[in-house]
Amino acid sequence: MSWFKRQTEKIGEIAPPEERTVKTEGIFVKCDNEDCGATIYRKDLKENLNVCPTCGHHFRITAKERLHMLFDDGQYEERDSGIAPTDPLHFVDNSPYLDRLKKAQKATGLLDALVTGKGKLAGHEVVICAMEFNFIGGSMGSVVGEKITLAIEYCVEKRLPLIIVSCSGGARMQEGTLSLMQMAKISAALARLDDAGLPYISLLTNPTTGGVTASYAMLGDLNIAEPGAIIGFAGARVIEQTIRQKLPKGFQRSEFLLEHGMLDAVIDRRELRGFLADALAFTESNH
Amino acid sequence: MEIVDKVVQDEPMARVQLARHDKRPYALDFIERIFTDFHELHGDRKFMDDAAMVCGMARFHGQPVVVISHQKGRDVKERQARNFGMPKPDGYRKALRIMQLADKFNRPVFTLIDTPGAYPGIDAEERGQAEAIAVNLREMSRLKVPVIVTITGEGGSGGALAIGVGDSINILENGVYSVITPEGCAAILWKDAAMASRAASSLKLIATDLLKLGIVDAIIPEPEGGAHADWDEAARLLDHALQESLKRSQSHSVEERLEMRYRKFRLMGAVDGKL
Ligand SMILES: [Zn+2]
Repeated sequence: MSWFKRQTEKIGEIAPPEERTVKTEGIFVKCDNEDCGATIYRKDLKENLNVCPTCGHHFRITAKERLHMLFDDGQYEERDSGIAPTDPLHFVDNSPYLDRLKKAQKATGLLDALVTGKGKLAGHEVVICAMEFNFIGGSMGSVVGEKITLAIEYCVEKRLPLIIVSCSGGARMQEGTLSLMQMAKISAALARLDDAGLPYISLLTNPTTGGVTASYAMLGDLNIAEPGAIIGFAGARVIEQTIRQKLPKGFQRSEFLLEHGMLDAVIDRRELRGFLADALAFTESNH
Repeated sequence: MEIVDKVVQDEPMARVQLARHDKRPYALDFIERIFTDFHELHGDRKFMDDAAMVCGMARFHGQPVVVISHQKGRDVKERQARNFGMPKPDGYRKALRIMQLADKFNRPVFTLIDTPGAYPGIDAEERGQAEAIAVNLREMSRLKVPVIVTITGEGGSGGALAIGVGDSINILENGVYSVITPEGCAAILWKDAAMASRAASSLKLIATDLLKLGIVDAIIPEPEGGAHADWDEAARLLDHALQESLKRSQSHSVEERLEMRYRKFRLMGAVDGKL
């Protein structure tokens, strides 16, 4: 089954943490894009920022790879790294939530689905939050909500610009309504960042859906996306069941959102640092 | 013992069913009993008038206010016209327009939540369902006027929260508020919608649980058997709670109110090893 198809089915759901896009063994990688399928020398793929040199398909990267890629010389200071999840609902599932968390923590080396870094991008001091899809589908629970809110409050205090890189299936079911409330908490903090005249750039990557899209991912002064990313509120399957029709080709992809006026720009990963450098220079008057 | 466990596990789903009861009073039923001089205000001034969202100016015990509410339909025809209480982006944009109107003229805002969720459809996605909800969350947090939120029936995820940021969050005794429907949760976790009852129990979506989690401030009692049994009495009990909430919010300065609203949501969530 192709990578794109699997994503389509999974949208709006919580994807398993085992999902790894770039296979970690072997010297060669096969492109995930089924229309391409090119065999790529691993070193070439990495040098090309995990973008297929043949078709331009953007492979998913981890939160730490993202921060390493965006900050000058890959250098940053991690913030709020000690904030860990709990099981406030004692959620009953076929696999207990605490076990799911432990498994995800072991697989990713992270405590939850978001890493905050402070450093420089093209010489501009900036805070970047990056979501980790391999951690329970990048789902947003209390820890993601708390860490983003702390990052925003830190930006207000120090007058720093903020970038959030979203990659998430949405709110985390296992923390119930508390997850939902993170949307309000983060959005209220973003209002304060806005009141302070500080810039927030939202980068949407594949996938960004559900409660993440319906809160901070759509609230940037600039909303930009990587090519081909699935971006939406409702999951494709839910929409199909509701309207009982097939969805149009390219529905909920970055280019679809651009066409419908929801994004400022779709930016190739290889152009991303250049775009962000110019955007930060543009907003610098207020930092 | 087994019977007791079963009752405890089934209670949340029973509440969900009461929240969805087809004789339950909907927003307009409450509005006509609680408010006077209600004038509905239509449209988002961008694309359309969404009938799943009802907004208007009214008087509350003589005081000019606005009311923002989801609206479900009673019969087949009205249900379709109201899109089963599921707003499209245009509904959320209308709600924001009217809330900002209230802010401009210093009039309190009451919101009544009762929706299965925001509408999942092609047109809703094309016109930015996510963006519309997101903007409401941000803008409601900085409305200077009192904002009193009440979940009267179903609090369906982001589609509910999009009119749910306020100074007081009340819930009717049989109301529910959840990140996902029990059926949706069951379909994902157990691949079986028949497990909805178990999902409802897991999600902690009933009023007493929400109060414990710090998500709602007060539970408004319903008449014996549920709000559907006596609309007048249900409205009287809601009216009483709304008066209390408004009095409390109005006793604060604008600065205090905004700070308290921020703090309320700031404290929601459960994490370990904070700072
Ligand atoms: Zn390729």
